[in-house]
Amino acid sequence: MAAILECDHLSLHYLTRFGDKIQAVEDVSFTLQEGEILGIAGESGCGKTTLVSGLMGLLIPPLHRTSGDVRIAGKSIVGLGVEENRKEVLGRMISMIPQGALNSLNPTRKIKDLAADMILSHDEHADKKEIHARLKDRFTRIGLDAAAVLDSYPVQLPAGIKQRVVIGISTLLDPKVVIADEPTSALDVSTQKSVIKLMFDLIDEGIVSSMIFITHELPLLKHVSDRIAVMYAGEIAEIGTSEQVILDGRHPYTKALMGSMLSAEPGQRQKKPVAIEGAPPNLGKKIVGCRFAPRCPSVQEDCKRDQQVLRVVQERLVRCIHAE
Amino acid sequence: MPSEKLTFEAQDLSRVFGHGRKQVTAVDKVSFKIKERDIVSVVGESGCGKTVLAKMLLRLEEPTSGQLLYQGQPIQQIEDKKQHWRAVQAVFQDPYGAFNQFFTIRSQLEASFHLFEKRPSKAEIDERVDAALLNVNIRPREVDGKYPFELSGGQMQRMLLARIFILRPKVLIADEPTSMVDACSRSNILDYLMKLKAELDMTIVFVTHDLGLAYYISDQIFIMHQGRIVEQGHPDQVTQHPESQVTKTLLEDIPSLHKVWIARGPRRPGNFGAPMAAPAAPPVLRR
Repeated sequence: MAAILECDHLSLHYLTRFGDKIQAVEDVSFTLQEGEILGIAGESGCGKTTLVSGLMGLLIPPLHRTSGDVRIAGKSIVGLGVEENRKEVLGRMISMIPQGALNSLNPTRKIKDLAADMILSHDEHADKKEIHARLKDRFTRIGLDAAAVLDSYPVQLPAGIKQRVVIGISTLLDPKVVIADEPTSALDVSTQKSVIKLMFDLIDEGIVSSMIFITHELPLLKHVSDRIAVMYAGEIAEIGTSEQVILDGRHPYTKALMGSMLSAEPGQRQKKPVAIEGAPPNLGKKIVGCRFAPRCPSVQEDCKRDQQVLRVVQERLVRCIHAE
Repeated sequence: MPSEKLTFEAQDLSRVFGHGRKQVTAVDKVSFKIKERDIVSVVGESGCGKTVLAKMLLRLEEPTSGQLLYQGQPIQQIEDKKQHWRAVQAVFQDPYGAFNQFFTIRSQLEASFHLFEKRPSKAEIDERVDAALLNVNIRPREVDGKYPFELSGGQMQRMLLARIFILRPKVLIADEPTSMVDACSRSNILDYLMKLKAELDMTIVFVTHDLGLAYYISDQIFIMHQGRIVEQGHPDQVTQHPESQVTKTLLEDIPSLHKVWIARGPRRPGNFGAPMAAPAAPPVLRR
């Protein structure tokens, strides 16, 4: 099993207008194997989307890299210029299905022109006929009525089809890794299921080799991913297989997240979902001790004092000295 | 007279858009009763007509045929829409769209007092806005002088609910209020809805595509499909013993923890979990 993407002690920060430094991602390390789907879970504002920008090498100010490295298929992608990054990395090595996918298609252009842009921006001399044949082939392969869809404007298509189109365009150049940032949060449950099926098919068909899937829907994450990383305040709080994390979380934050989950299973009705009290810490300030300590139900004195490190607990990594 | 008061009663209610070949029937002859102080969920996939139904309850859309009674009175006969909105209020999916981005949040919350027949004194307004913010667990000083874009989606959704705590309507129409927020804020919002029902005796119509949420919160569930209500009943009845195929599909499509959701293809070589070692301490800056 080969590692496709290696994220090596990556730290990222934002610089505000007033010169404040917001450490949005702190020392994140993981490897993504060939064929693997890694899930990333966490509250809004925990650094999921910033991490994605870092993994794609999209370090556009005010976002800056503090330290660390990202390698895709052994090649480092950090430190490239914006133009170089767009030509060499985006689309070919790593691609993204954005959060607001339904709004990311230009309403004034036909799908075929939008899709052709993806190819033309990487190969300026591509032949028009060839491009069209390629689009038709790919859109048919992902289960769309290619002729009709390519000739439509985005507003003419329903949400589920539009999401498929966005996925189709994102993966046109057969990227090694696809990052899906909340791809189904705007879809209803039935459309969500068909979109997830499509994403599995992309791997089965060998169009992409690995995937990073970001969502806060924990039941969904369990079905989609092989491994799950739970993020809190810019750090990985726990990382393990999806069964380990969802059914048997060891970090207090993971447990708290599971407590706020709702599902339509018998006996769940009128169960009190336990929302986590308080708010995440201010990342603009230096944090002493465990980042989750102020909200942790089982906090102890040493938590507030000692820097927490990831350690092995029950065959997974947990950032908590009291987890067992 | 029935012993329990009905807030809404609909008989063969329809709403048709367009004419001729382009005619679309968004709501197709639905009949239902919504009891006072109940939480009723309207569940269905995108485009099934649930939002149009909610808008008719709010008088933002007029029915094309059929009858809709609010507290026993035909809804078209209510002359003054403002009067209707004193009693029936709504929260929508996109909180940023509901607030004007050029004004501070506080001034907009204060503006909701315009809807009252008699505007209270400045001191009373201040007090009531503060109380409403505390009701949704936000420290009033936290939002002073802030504009909508300065708050997160979850916080903005709570601002919408703070408005409801100020206006105290008899009925709240909540159209997918949880679809833009994370799981943690979502359970908060459901908590507030239940609090509104318990403390202010509110009737709530909760529109959602997630049967799981509906099951959790409601006293009655309507399942909609292609403009029709295909099944209605108590949440336990609907989710545990569904009769309609639509309900069954909706239930199957929700990823639950313990059931197989999508059968896995031949794709991946297998176990990625083991073995795992703690990463070394962060190296000093490499570049």
